[in-house]
Amino acid sequence: MTFEVGQRVRVRAREHRGHHRTPGYLKGRTGTIERYHGTFTNPETRAYGESGLPEKALYLVRFDEDDRIYADVYEHWLEAE
Amino acid sequence: MERAVHDRGGWPTDEPIDRREHELADWELLTDALFGACARAGLMNVDELRRSIESMPREQYEHAAYYERWAFSIEQVLTEKGVIATGEVDARL
Repeated sequence: MTFEVGQRVRVRAREHRGHHRTPGYLKGRTGTIERYHGTFTNPETRAYGESGLPEKALYLVRFDEDDRIYADVYEHWLEAE
Repeated sequence: MERAVHDRGGWPTDEPIDRREHELADWELLTDALFGACARAGLMNVDELRRSIESMPREQYEHAAYYERWAFSIEQVLTEKGVIATGEVDARL
């Protein structure tokens, strides 16, 4: 587990043309780690008939913008703020 | 950054959100069940379902209902995998 609950993180804003679960409106935004969900198969490879292994860590992240938003974001889409 | 057609959260709009409930038609229930059956049979998974929906041409995506997108995707993934032949579904309609 790379991030701690309460840690500030930024969602990576990198280009990724294939299937991924990180919504565009969160890319580049800063939030706070709310919860660690555990590890799950990677939808980015599983979407193309692969196994999705190795599993990736998934976090619940809280974003306080105009509205408070909670989103599940995979570790490889996050960086320490 | 360019966003794909399905990645629409936060798009600006003046249109009110349609929050009406609607009864699912038989074909919608059957489409849901068809995907469930395919998943349990190991023929496709939900990430493949989503990936294929996201590959729909923009115009087609915009005009398709929720379960029409599922039906498009199931047919496409099963065709990719050779479970059904190209045009096999159309030929049976």
